[in-house]
Amino acid sequence: MSANPTSSNTFATLSAVTGGEGATATQRKAARSHLLWACVLIALAVGITFVARGYQLFQATMVLSYAVALLGLNILTGYNGQISLGHGAFYAVGAYAAGILMEHAGAPYWSTIPAAAVVCLVVGYLFGRPALKLEGLYLALATFALGVAMPQLLKHKHLEAWTGGVQGLVLMKPQAPFGLPLTDDQWFYLFSLFVTVVMFVIAHNLLSSGSGRAMRAIRDHAMAAEAMGVDNSHYKAMTFGVSAAFTGVGGALSAIAVQFVAPDSFTLFLSISLLVGIVVGGVGTLYGAIFGALFIMFVPSLAEKVSKAAPWAVYGAVLILFMFVMPGGVVGLLRKLQAFLARRRRNG
Amino acid sequence: MEAFLHQLLAGLATGGIYASVALALVMIYQSTHHINFAQGEMAMFSTFIAWSLMQAGLPYWAAFFATIVLSFVLAAVVEFTVIRPMHDKPALSVVVVFIGLLVIFHSMAGWLFGYTIKQFPSPFPSDAWFATRMMSAHELGAIGITLVVLVLLFAFFRFTPLGLAMRAAAQNAASSRLVGINVGRMLMLGWGLAGAIGAVAGMMVAPVVFLDPNMMTGVLLYAFAGALIGGIDSPLGAVLGGFIVGVLENLIGTYVVGTEIKLSVALVLIIGVLIVRPNGLMGRKLVTRV
Amino acid sequence: MTSILQTRGLRASYGSTKVLHGIDIEVPEGSVVALLGANGAGKTTTLRALCQMMVRTEGSIELGGQRIDGRSTEQIAKAGVGHVPDGRGTFLGLTTEENLRLGAYARTGRNGRDGVDADMARVYDYFPRLFERRAQQAGTLSGGEQQMLAIGRALMGRPRLLLLDEPSFGLAPLIVKSIFEIMRRINQEERVSILLVEQNARLALQLADTAYLLETGRVVLHGPSEDIRRNDAVRKAYLGE
Repeated sequence: MSANPTSSNTFATLSAVTGGEGATATQRKAARSHLLWACVLIALAVGITFVARGYQLFQATMVLSYAVALLGLNILTGYNGQISLGHGAFYAVGAYAAGILMEHAGAPYWSTIPAAAVVCLVVGYLFGRPALKLEGLYLALATFALGVAMPQLLKHKHLEAWTGGVQGLVLMKPQAPFGLPLTDDQWFYLFSLFVTVVMFVIAHNLLSSGSGRAMRAIRDHAMAAEAMGVDNSHYKAMTFGVSAAFTGVGGALSAIAVQFVAPDSFTLFLSISLLVGIVVGGVGTLYGAIFGALFIMFVPSLAEKVSKAAPWAVYGAVLILFMFVMPGGVVGLLRKLQAFLARRRRNG
Repeated sequence: MEAFLHQLLAGLATGGIYASVALALVMIYQSTHHINFAQGEMAMFSTFIAWSLMQAGLPYWAAFFATIVLSFVLAAVVEFTVIRPMHDKPALSVVVVFIGLLVIFHSMAGWLFGYTIKQFPSPFPSDAWFATRMMSAHELGAIGITLVVLVLLFAFFRFTPLGLAMRAAAQNAASSRLVGINVGRMLMLGWGLAGAIGAVAGMMVAPVVFLDPNMMTGVLLYAFAGALIGGIDSPLGAVLGGFIVGVLENLIGTYVVGTEIKLSVALVLIIGVLIVRPNGLMGRKLVTRV
Repeated sequence: MTSILQTRGLRASYGSTKVLHGIDIEVPEGSVVALLGANGAGKTTTLRALCQMMVRTEGSIELGGQRIDGRSTEQIAKAGVGHVPDGRGTFLGLTTEENLRLGAYARTGRNGRDGVDADMARVYDYFPRLFERRAQQAGTLSGGEQQMLAIGRALMGRPRLLLLDEPSFGLAPLIVKSIFEIMRRINQEERVSILLVEQNARLALQLADTAYLLETGRVVLHGPSEDIRRNDAVRKAYLGE
């Protein structure tokens, strides 16, 4: 099962690096230049800490939380071929996990991140396991329903003691430890950056490992994979769980950054925003998550200057236009550019 | 007992709305194997059009029929300009396009008509002769209109050559071309009809839940549940499913879990059907060839 | 004698795969022409190319003297070509009668009922079994009945040219024999020209006036049926003699 970057499948495999056995010299060179780019990016990101002001740091933190969330959605949609129109629900679960742990259990903020991951892994797996029979359209339907129903579920009066009902929960902003000379915003931004880098590394390793190949096999041909002994149902449910875990971590980060969780922050339209994010960035790509996160963070505020309804009109137009013109998203476009330049260099 | 009966009948009334939207969904699914995620928002947008026409001075029934025609045209145009060019793209790309349509219709409604909740009149005055203790005039009227629409549609598909051609095009596009049917035109017509049905559903539901851009999202969910229960490729099933969901929603909401999480009921229904019996009550089994 | 169908240099490809490499075929008006060849020779592709279905074509196709290449499938159907496709193409979810009625769509559009009932009576006359099953879902009909239905549906359009793709496929010999007899009647009574694709060369050559032999997308042999039947290569490869 080789990754075919020129496949006509819009959600083509665009794995960042395929290390592992049999990596050719070109692939190893690509891997090294890749690592270089990643280090540059991280250095830049760290540099922002000292250049940006409070509110901008908050926005940067939100970009990171979206990036991790989009990573989760990409793992599901791009690599595994399953589509979710309701991933905002897992963002919500992660956010509320963080909120509830901090508010009711007095847990330290940094512990809520792995906790949110575990909770969402379980919830995602449980949702994915029975839903394993649901292919393509039907899964889209089921996740759509999840996305629509979530706010109502969060407002349910039996859960109010935990969730704070309609008013939600207020959270405390974490302070820099060991008396470091950093503001709260700066500290939490660096913390989120750390978490984001870790999540990207995990995602990358997951996808190039054996399980990653299994996931891609399932995406490309479910029946053949099963005939070859890949346990479809477990892998599909597991992928859903992992994807939910990533998105949940993003949700947890956002909850702490915003210092607030409430049901109406997590409507269907959050799920749609996440969908827009991966479409713009490039479905199924690692770095697309970053481009997508930047898009959904900044474009709505720009569009809102035109009209309150404008951000969504823009989203809708973007979704449709991209499917017609740029189905590979920004990353897809960059890769085409890269291939074009490489061809020109070869032909001298 | 009387309260139960009332809930049952109220469930049938809302069930009629769900049945209509479910039918629109199935019509589009049958001919294209796509689910129109934007069906609800299109219906909501149509209802706003009706509202504007009435604000401009048109009497109810004039606005009603004008809206049906306009919605027909709008939906047909959407099929031709946005959906048709996507016909050979991967299914998941098409889903993204549908979500895009959902968002555009939603935001256009907000932009053009505002987000404040508006009243929408019912053509059935509360003191009409057929109002009973069990059901309000509007509830009865809505069921009546729903049934009229459904009967007209079934008659159209069953007894007219055009209806037969549309059924043929939905079942087997290649053979349809061989007998001279312009399949593209049939698709446009199918979409137009779905748009018109959605408009009627919207205009029947708006007097009850008030008109605002968020009006139809929940209804769409119930319509999905209804279409799945009945069988996503069976029009009759969709209608039955819609009524079943309406009744279940009301009964479960009243007697079991409380009305605040009725949408979660729809969610559970959808997932339950998909797991236990994906073909629904009346659908055909789908065999995927390798 | 005029020809109802004439192709010149007909080439066809599926995507980038070329299947036909320049075919010249002529169907004289009122005659039966057989298209023979092994699997993969391009017989079905030829019929599809004539209807502009699923293939990209180059070269000219003339129906009764008028160019039809470049038109859409439904336009070609309306011009008087009745195609009985590979696999019957039955509308399985509709009744037998609805299938037949649809056949008339090409010439009456959405309006006319004129002559549809009379045409149906004639089709039932050729295929009494269809009359018995007229209210049944077409998917429940046997293979032979579905073949008859497919032919009947094509007839309902009052075609000038009938294209038949492997009508004997998967059918019992007795049924095939009766279908071929009916096809002879149709050719003679209705004066419908027929282009017949068949793997069963013997049957095809019995019915046809002239025949073409296709191999890997080219015509390698053509002429009157008796000549083709007596050809040694044909006898060895296709007639098993």
